[in-house]
Amino acid sequence: MATTPAPEQMKRPMFGWLLHDGFVVTQRNLIATTRVPEVLFFSLVQPVIFVLLFAYVFGGAIPIPGADPDAGAAAYREYLMPGIFGQTVAFASAASTVGLAEDMQKGIIDRFRSLPMAASAVLFGRTASDVLRQVLVLAVLSVTGLIVGWRIHNGFIDAVSAYLLLLLFAYAVSWIGCWIGLHMPNTETANTAGLVWLFPLTFLSNAFVPLTGMPPVVQTIAEWNPVSAVVLACRELFGNPTGYISDAWPQQHPIAYTMGSCALLIGIFATLAVRKYRQSA
Amino acid sequence: MTDAITAERLVKHFGDVKAVDGLDLTVPFGTVFGLLGPNGAGKTTTVRILTTLLRPDSGQATVAGIDVVKHPDEVRRVIGLTGQYSAIDEYLTGRENLSMVGRLYHLPHGYVKERSAELLERFSLTDAADRPVRTYSGGMRRRLDLSASLIGRPSILFLDEPTTGLDPRSRQQMWEVISDLVADGTTVLLTTQYLEEADQLAEKIVVIDRGHVIAQGTSDELKTQVGGDRLEVVIHSGSNLEDASTAIRSLADGELTLDVTTRRITAPVSGGSTILVEAVRALDATGVSLDDIALRRPTLDDVFLSLTGHAAEEVAVDADKPARGRGRGRKGAE
Repeated sequence: MATTPAPEQMKRPMFGWLLHDGFVVTQRNLIATTRVPEVLFFSLVQPVIFVLLFAYVFGGAIPIPGADPDAGAAAYREYLMPGIFGQTVAFASAASTVGLAEDMQKGIIDRFRSLPMAASAVLFGRTASDVLRQVLVLAVLSVTGLIVGWRIHNGFIDAVSAYLLLLLFAYAVSWIGCWIGLHMPNTETANTAGLVWLFPLTFLSNAFVPLTGMPPVVQTIAEWNPVSAVVLACRELFGNPTGYISDAWPQQHPIAYTMGSCALLIGIFATLAVRKYRQSA
Repeated sequence: MTDAITAERLVKHFGDVKAVDGLDLTVPFGTVFGLLGPNGAGKTTTVRILTTLLRPDSGQATVAGIDVVKHPDEVRRVIGLTGQYSAIDEYLTGRENLSMVGRLYHLPHGYVKERSAELLERFSLTDAADRPVRTYSGGMRRRLDLSASLIGRPSILFLDEPTTGLDPRSRQQMWEVISDLVADGTTVLLTTQYLEEADQLAEKIVVIDRGHVIAQGTSDELKTQVGGDRLEVVIHSGSNLEDASTAIRSLADGELTLDVTTRRITAPVSGGSTILVEAVRALDATGVSLDDIALRRPTLDDVFLSLTGHAAEEVAVDADKPARGRGRGRKGAE
């Protein structure tokens, strides 16, 4: 029935195919995003609402240790923005959970599995596209921050470093999201399970309130929470008020701790997720 | 030359359910092979094993001479799979879907472009090619799904219930498309619960029930296995059913079946069309008048009934059907 002759499949080293296939899947996920702009729109609206709520509802009530007492709510808004950045990129992992669960439920994973593609490309493509979307989200959030009075006080390099740390963190939690997504029986469950762990993760941190007000056990958890580290690192790099910094190692070395914990999380959850993806064949 | 597909004593459990229970299969190259069975017979599980989506608990299977468990990647290079549920991306356009699959088959860019256009044309999807699949009808999705499986010109194609859920017109279209493929020399393994479909498309049919093969042969061989012709008469409401039965019993080779409500008498007979003449004479002699009389060969429905003791459509066990929504029975597959 066809006139085109049977093709030769191209040859490339295995790692080359992983990159190629990962790129194809990333592209597919990004095209899908543009076809449902509503989803992207609401994923942008949510953090903006958080900024406005925290800035104008809690703002005046939360004093920031070390900040100019006369600055009041303005100091809190400067303190808050890196917290919102950290929280927002953490919540991005829910998109990975739901995206994978949806692919599985709709059967397209069966298509991928029956193709001679690199198996883990589906997961690498998913995490890559979810992180790329965060670039846009961070841009919108930054503009919102500038409007409510947040400023970048340090240099360009420091600011870029802060954004890169946020994206690294987004990538790490996105792998956790993938691993969770692969266990989901359907998208409805994924919608809940993808979010539920993120509330304690982001709230048991210095994202919104200084560590000083927390009971000792909670404070210890918050000190070692990677969210606290990435948020504190951003505050330092952007030159925003840092609040109280405890003696705990992650608080003293937030950049190193962020990079180390992200590397560890990626190592663990990428391995687990790839294994799970292969097993559930 | 080796066979296109072989399976030896395949076994796959899902918990306590034996979905596939010692299944043997041999499909020569260049044939259309029908895997026929009711829901839960193990058809989908068998296809999933052969297409490397599932590992069997025991037994062996090869596709194009390649072991599916030992070398799944090599098997994937030569097969195409179209499942019961459209394995295409809703948000991408038809063309984007084909391009994605072609690239993941690692085919050259120019080829993928050309071949996609050709397939879209062949499957009457050119007009819709640049619309997101979300806007497609069920029949269009199924055709696109099949196009995606064909992009790399696989030598062996697996079609798992390709027409389930389609309206009669779309089904007819699918049948035409599948027939064309066969003319092209592609080996096709087709699962179906529609006896008519297996009869239409498959040269050879394997009937499976509860995970193993219960009969195989050509459609004609299976029908012969069940027995010869059947005489069916429908008696006019003014005539006596008893008299008619007596007249027909004298011509029959075996037991009559009598349906009182529809006033239909069915009898196994032999002797070809002369028996029709004899039947009309005998009934006329007893003064019975007829609404209808026909001689018919057994259908695959009859085959199924006589082989399994139940009709094809009325089976409750649902082992290889998706457990939830549009997904697959993935829980069990882990």
